Amino acid sequence: MIEAVGLTKRYGAKTAVYNLSFQVRPGLVTGFLGPNGAGKSTTMRMILGLDQPSGGHVTIGGRPFKQLPNAPRQVGALLDAKAVHGGRSARNHLLSLAQLSGIPARRVDEVLGVVGLQEVAKKRSKGFSLGMGQRLGIAAALLGDPQVLLFDEPVNGLDPEGILWVRNLMKQLAAEGRTVFVSSHLMSEMALTADHLIVIGRGQLLSDMSVKDFISANSADFARVRTPQTEAEQREKLSAALTEAGGQVMPEPDGALRVTGLPLPRISDLAHEADVRLWELSPHQASLEEAYMRMTQGAVDYRSTADQKAGLMQQPPMGAMGPVPGHGQQIPEVPQQGFYAPPPPQPGQHPDAQGTPAPPAAAPGGPAPAAPPAGPTTSEDAR
Amino acid sequence: MASVPAVLQSEWTKVRTVSSTVWTLVSALVVTVAMSAGISALMKATFDELSELEQATFDPTFVSFSGMILGQLAMVVFGVLVVGTEYSSGMIRTSLAAVPQRATFLFSKMAVATALALAVGMVTSFLAFFAGQALLGEHRTTLGADNVLRAVIGGGLYMGLIALFSMGVATMLRSSILSLGILVPFFFLVSQILISVPKAKTVAQYFPDQAGSKIMQVVPDALGSDVAPYGPWGGLGIMCAWVAAALLGGYLVLKKRDA
Repeated sequence: MIEAVGLTKRYGAKTAVYNLSFQVRPGLVTGFLGPNGAGKSTTMRMILGLDQPSGGHVTIGGRPFKQLPNAPRQVGALLDAKAVHGGRSARNHLLSLAQLSGIPARRVDEVLGVVGLQEVAKKRSKGFSLGMGQRLGIAAALLGDPQVLLFDEPVNGLDPEGILWVRNLMKQLAAEGRTVFVSSHLMSEMALTADHLIVIGRGQLLSDMSVKDFISANSADFARVRTPQTEAEQREKLSAALTEAGGQVMPEPDGALRVTGLPLPRISDLAHEADVRLWELSPHQASLEEAYMRMTQGAVDYRSTADQKAGLMQQPPMGAMGPVPGHGQQIPEVPQQGFYAPPPPQPGQHPDAQGTPAPPAAAPGGPAPAAPPAGPTTSEDAR
Repeated sequence: MASVPAVLQSEWTKVRTVSSTVWTLVSALVVTVAMSAGISALMKATFDELSELEQATFDPTFVSFSGMILGQLAMVVFGVLVVGTEYSSGMIRTSLAAVPQRATFLFSKMAVATALALAVGMVTSFLAFFAGQALLGEHRTTLGADNVLRAVIGGGLYMGLIALFSMGVATMLRSSILSLGILVPFFFLVSQILISVPKAKTVAQYFPDQAGSKIMQVVPDALGSDVAPYGPWGGLGIMCAWVAAALLGGYLVLKKRDA
C-alpha cells in the first residue's frame, strides 16, 4: 500500500507536483496516467525517497521509504531503463543490486530467466535495445521479490510480444496480492492492464477511480441524428421533442444533433411522431483515449503546433493558461467529439469520494452536466 | 536498512565489473613506473651536469617517483569515473533506491574504491622505487636507509588520497566530464606552473598535490626545491585536509540534492 498525502514538489518557481493525495492498494494494478511532464516520474521519485517533497509526505506500508528496513526486499522499482552502467554486463548489474540486500546470486539467474535475458546475461548492457533495457530494469525490480512494485513507463520500446508479456506480468503480480503501480501516458495500454486509474495533469490529481468507473463515466454512448439540412425547422422540432422525452441534445457544428440518454429506437419513434424525416441515426461511442485526452487537454505541457514551414514556428499555446474556446477541434482526427462529452471528475476531491461510480452514461440524466464544454473546465481546474 | 558489509560487497562487484577500473589502474601503474624509470636513467646519465646545489640535495627516492606527476592523472580518472558514471548512467537512482541511506552508500563506495586505489598505489610506489634505484646506479639508495621506507609508503598513500580526493570532487560536481575538466588541468598544469612562479608558489605549495608529494622526499627540499613551511607528514596532513573537505562537500551535496 502506497499512500501519498498532499504531496507537493517545487523546482524553483515551477511546481511539478501539487497537493497530490492518493492511495495505491495491494492486489490491484494501479495505472498512473498523465501527459509528458505531468509529474509522474517526479511522484515516483518521491515515493522512492530520491526526491525530497516540498510538502506533504508519501509512505509505503505506513513508513517513509527511507525508513523501510531492507527496502529492496520490500519495494522494487523500474525508473529508467537506461539507468545502467553500459560497461557492466546485465548479470553483474543485477548481482551488485542483489548483494545490497543479501539476495543470493541464484536469484539473479532466476530473474534473468523471468525477463528472458539469459542469452545476453554476460553481455554489456551498452549494446542493449530499449526493450532489452526495459526487461533488465524489470528484472532489477523483481529481484527482491518485493510486495510493492513501481514501474515507470515499462512498455516504452517494447515490441508487441513484450508489451503483452509486461501486461500479463503486472496482472500476475497483482493477483499474487502485491501492490503494483505503473505509470504510462498511454490510456489504451492502461485500459487493458490496470484495475484502477490515477490520472494527473500538471502535477494535480484529475481522476482517481477504477477503470470500470472511468469507462462508464467517460466513454459516453451517444446517437448522431441528422435531419434534412434544408429544413431547419424540422431540426428544431426534433430537438424539442427529444428534450421533452428526457434526452440531451447538442447541436454539432455540421448541423447534426448529438443525442444522449435515449435509445436509438426511441429516437426514431419520437421523430416519427413529430413527423420529422431522418437522414442519419447512428450509434457512437467516445473512446477511452478521447476521454483521457479531453481530461488532460488543459494539462498538456508540450503541445505541437501546426508546422507553418515558412519562417519561424508559431508560439505554442500556453498550455492550461485559460480556457481555449473550442479547442476540442484541435485534434484533427476527432473533430467533433471533444466538445460535448461529460466533464471529467473534479480534481481536488477527496479520493474516497471518487470511488463512487458515476451513473451509466446512457441513463437519462447521466451525462447532463456535459452541457458546458469539458475542455475549459479541465483547464481551469488544472491551474 | 542495507547493511554496510552488503553495500561494500555490492560496490566491490560494481567496481570490478567495469573495464574502466582495470585500464585506469593499470595505466596509473605502468605510466608511473615507466616514466620514473626513464627519468631515473636520465638523471644517472646527466648527474654531472646538475648544479652543485642539486647534487648536494640529490634525492634518489624522490627521483624514482618522478612519474607520479603523470601517473596520478590516471588515478584522478579512476576516482572520477567510479563516482561519475553513477550520475552519467543514471545508475545513481537505482543505487539510492536500493540504499536509501545515502551516507552509507557514498562512504562504502569510496571505501571500496580507495582501498583498491591504495593497493595499486602501494604496488606502483614500490615498483617505481625499485625500478628507479636499479637504474640510478651509483646514486641509488636502499629501503633500509633513513626515511626511505616512509617515502615509499607515502607514495602509495599519495596515490590513494588523490583518487579519494577525485571521488569527493566528482560527488560534488555530479558529472565525470566536469570533474575531469577541472581536476586534470589543475593537477597537470595549474599546480605545476604555479609552483614554479615565485610569488604564486607561497599559495601553490598548499595545493593538495604539492603538499602531499612532500611525503615522497627523503632529503628535505630535494633537488634545490624551495623550503616548505611544513614537513613530510605535515604536507600529507594538508592533503588529508583537502580530501576531507572534498568528502564533506560531496556528502552534503548528495544528502541535500535530489537524485
